[in-house]
This record gives sequence, structure tokens and C-alpha cells, in this order.
Amino acid sequence: MSHTSVAGGMNLLAALVHLGGTGKYISWGVVQISLANLIVIAVMIVMLVAAIVLPFPRHEARRK
Amino acid sequence: MSASAVDTLTVSPEKGTWTGKLRERAVEAFPPDRLLPDRQPAYVASWTYVFGALTIGAFIVVLLSGAVLAVEGPAWWHKSNAGLFVNSVHLWATEFFFLFMVVHLWAKFLIAAWRGPRKATWITGVIAFAISIATAFTGYLSQQNFDSEWISTQAKDGINATGAGAFWNVLNFGQMLMWHIVLLPLIVAILIGLHVLLVRRHGVVPPFAPTEAQLAKAGLSLTTTVTAATSLLVPQELTEPSPQEQPLLQEPLAQEPTSEEPPAQEPLAQEPTSEEPTSEEPLWTLPEDQS
Repeated sequence: MSHTSVAGGMNLLAALVHLGGTGKYISWGVVQISLANLIVIAVMIVMLVAAIVLPFPRHEARRK
Repeated sequence: MSASAVDTLTVSPEKGTWTGKLRERAVEAFPPDRLLPDRQPAYVASWTYVFGALTIGAFIVVLLSGAVLAVEGPAWWHKSNAGLFVNSVHLWATEFFFLFMVVHLWAKFLIAAWRGPRKATWITGVIAFAISIATAFTGYLSQQNFDSEWISTQAKDGINATGAGAFWNVLNFGQMLMWHIVLLPLIVAILIGLHVLLVRRHGVVPPFAPTEAQLAKAGLSLTTTVTAATSLLVPQELTEPSPQEQPLLQEPLAQEPTSEEPPAQEPLAQEPTSEEPTSEEPLWTLPEDQS
């Protein structure tokens, strides 16, 4: 991959996520949290729920 | 040293030595089959039990990438493409380390993983979590950029307010760097090692037993469940006494179907040996299996 294409990819990523910009914060009364931290917490909750709900692969493999 | 002297030393070890006593106590506490088990209780086959291992995996990546950064130095990790890449690997491995650790913490909290003799296991995990936060914080201070300057100048007031600033100066870069790359990772590694040893010693915490309401919903009674549990546990204990902390079913690894007896054990997913559905499911899965 050329240096130009790498830079182009970085620019595209920066345009999508605004990596170099000021962080976005969400305020709810006295509670204030950055959007990035909120997303991470949401991802962790989704992972925990998925880990509890989703069956472990051994069940399918064992019953074949 | 003559050959006869070597024979004497090797054939007749002194049992009273501290090394001998230490070895005996270590083997007694951690027999090889418990230290490196090839079986786990059936209930371990759940996604909620994988996050501890994922945390350790992320920690290893953090250590390896951090070692590369330590070798090359800040000019490399700020200026070169490879340095920026390894720096990002170090950052994101840390992010995943904490992400997995928090999910691991939540999963263990919901299951009250300190039950039985596992209080020390829980406490070592909590301390490892706290020390990991301090390690990550000193990592922010060690970046060698404006970000680290800003964080250190903002943090000094908070640290000073606790009284710790007298001996833990976040504006002292050399001190923070040494804490970050030597002392704190060593402490975290020791705590994680101790945590894993305690898990091996006391076993993985089992799920809660089903409640009366859950049993009634499944058309079972406590009496029938206890009878079923007894029928499951007794053969296990007769053939292979299990630790008191792991009274439940164990399942063999896929590679080693060593037991010749019809098992009170549930084979792993990879094991192609058994075509029949086993009746030794954990009690809390009975409702689903019978429905």
C-alpha cells in the first residue's frame, strides 16, 4: 500500500470518526460523560448480555 | 564432585530442607492435574467464562507491545509508521484489556464468584483491577507529548489532595515512567498469576442452584432434583474424588478421552466419541433439555 493510499485511508477514517476533533460530551443533569466512554460502556453491556444469552458452540458440535 | 557424591545427593534428598518442604507444600496445594487441568466443570462451557482468559491475552499483547516501545523510545513511537503502529497496538490492547476485565468483573459479580473458599480469588482480582488503573494512568503520563503534559498537570492537584503527591509526583517523568514500565506491570503480573493460581486451587465458581419456582416451572421438585444430583455426583466421587470446591460434573478434553467408564461426565464439543445425548447435564439446564 502506498504512502498516499495510507494517508487517504487515515483521512477517510478521520472524516468518519473525527479523531482529531474535540470530544463530544453528553450531559444529563449532573451526569456528564463523553460519547466515546458511553459507547464503550454500551459495548461492554452488549457483550455481557450476549455472553449470557448466546449458547456456547459445544452444544451444536456435540449433537451433530 | 565425584559420581558417587552426585548419586548420594540425588538418591537421598533431605526431607527436612526448606526446599523439600516447599516442594511438598506446592505439590500438595497444586497437584499437576489441578494446576494444568484437562477437564473443567460442564458449566464452564459458557461465553461468560471466557473473559478472564481474554483479559490475560490482552495483557500479554500489552506487555509485548510495551517492550517494543521501551526498546525503541519516544522518537520512534511518535515519528515512524512502525512506531505509530506499535504505539496504537499498545493503546488498543490496553483498551481491550480493560474492556474484557470489566465484563469479566460484571459476570463474576452477577454470579457472586466469591462464594465458597474464593474470597481471596475475588480480592486479588479487585486489587489487580485497581493497580491496572494506576498502570494505565502512568502510561498516559509517559507518552512524551502535550497530552501527557496536560494530564500530569491536571492530575497533580488531585494526587496532592490525597497526600500521595509527597512521594508519588506525577510531574516527575522519570518516576512515572519507571512505575509504568517496571513496578506496576510487575505487580499486575504477579496479581494475575496469583489470581489464576487461586482459581486453579479452589475451582471455577459454579452457577447458582435453581430455585423452587424455576423447578416447579420445569415440572420438577426439589426432591427429584436432589436425587438426580446424587445419582450424578456419586459415580463421580467413587471413580475420581473431586475437590470439595468442585463437586459438579467434569468433562474431558477433546484430545484425551482417557476414561474408559461410562462417564458421569459430559464430553466437550470437539469430542466426537459420544453419539448419545448424555443425561448428565447440569441441573440448571434440565428445564431446557426436557422441554
